[in-house]
Amino acid sequence: MDAQALIAVASIISAGLTISIGSIGPALGEGRALAQALSALAQQPDEANTITRTLFVGLAMVESTAIYCFVVSMILIFANPFWNHYLELAAGQ
Amino acid sequence: MSGIQINPDEPICSWGFININLTLIFTWVTMVVLTLGAWLVTRRLSRGMQISRSQNLLEVLVTGIRSQIREVSQQEPGSYLPFVGTLFLFIAMSNLLALIPGFCPPTSSISTTAALATCVFIAVPLYGIGQNGIREYLKQYLQPSVFMLPFNIIGELSRTLALAVRLYGNMMSGSVIGAILLGFVPLFVPVIMQLFGLLTGMIQAYIFAILAMVYIASATRSHSTQPHSEGE
Repeated sequence: MDAQALIAVASIISAGLTISIGSIGPALGEGRALAQALSALAQQPDEANTITRTLFVGLAMVESTAIYCFVVSMILIFANPFWNHYLELAAGQ
Repeated sequence: MSGIQINPDEPICSWGFININLTLIFTWVTMVVLTLGAWLVTRRLSRGMQISRSQNLLEVLVTGIRSQIREVSQQEPGSYLPFVGTLFLFIAMSNLLALIPGFCPPTSSISTTAALATCVFIAVPLYGIGQNGIREYLKQYLQPSVFMLPFNIIGELSRTLALAVRLYGNMMSGSVIGAILLGFVPLFVPVIMQLFGLLTGMIQAYIFAILAMVYIASATRSHSTQPHSEGE
């Protein structure tokens, strides 16, 4: 395999690994947060406004780790700097 | 590697050193829509019992933003309303207009979201110094102990980065996933994803504004109102 094929294989595999491993943690965390918020809502329905707002903000914070993984895997697939570098090298030859 | 682009910042035409790209165009479209709409509605306001529908809409928006700011910051919303409200309205409007085919929302470009996050990064010390004075504001960085100074500074920078990448990632993922799905289920699934994108867009706009308000509120909170956590 030449360098370009190696880069393609490595970036596709690592993009898949990035998004799959990176979404496990946030998914577990969001599930826990949602379960806690639901039980809090059931116990104190009067505090629904505060609980919902805090839940949304918290979910966004938790979710951002998954979003980082998504951005990294998108960069690996669609805007890979090493791939472009080797493409330019190959075009120069 | 064509068809799907995760960066709308490629210049589409240029005169000399001025490059025009999609982000620039659609940012101006969003601003024009917001400004024109606000100007048309506020041109003739009425104070009586009978108010027009559009005036009612704007009043609901402004009252809603004010009450949210008051709840989050426990302070009077007056001085925060222009900044936080503008952030919310701009992001919400550009995410809403993303439903229009051909409209590429400016928030799905990392440069727009980085600029918005930088605005928050600058506004936090401005509000903090304006409220508490520069001594009190700088003292916050030494808050639990002097050793926390580097961590406080890193936290300040990393939350700005997080603010930018969160909004960018959410908006970019909507359009990219739509484009990928269009490849193999072209008929109905992208429509559902668009609907989902509408929901995420609104939530992200809300979260961006609320987080900006939380950061500003944590900088402006005076020490006298903080609960004393140390033992006697």
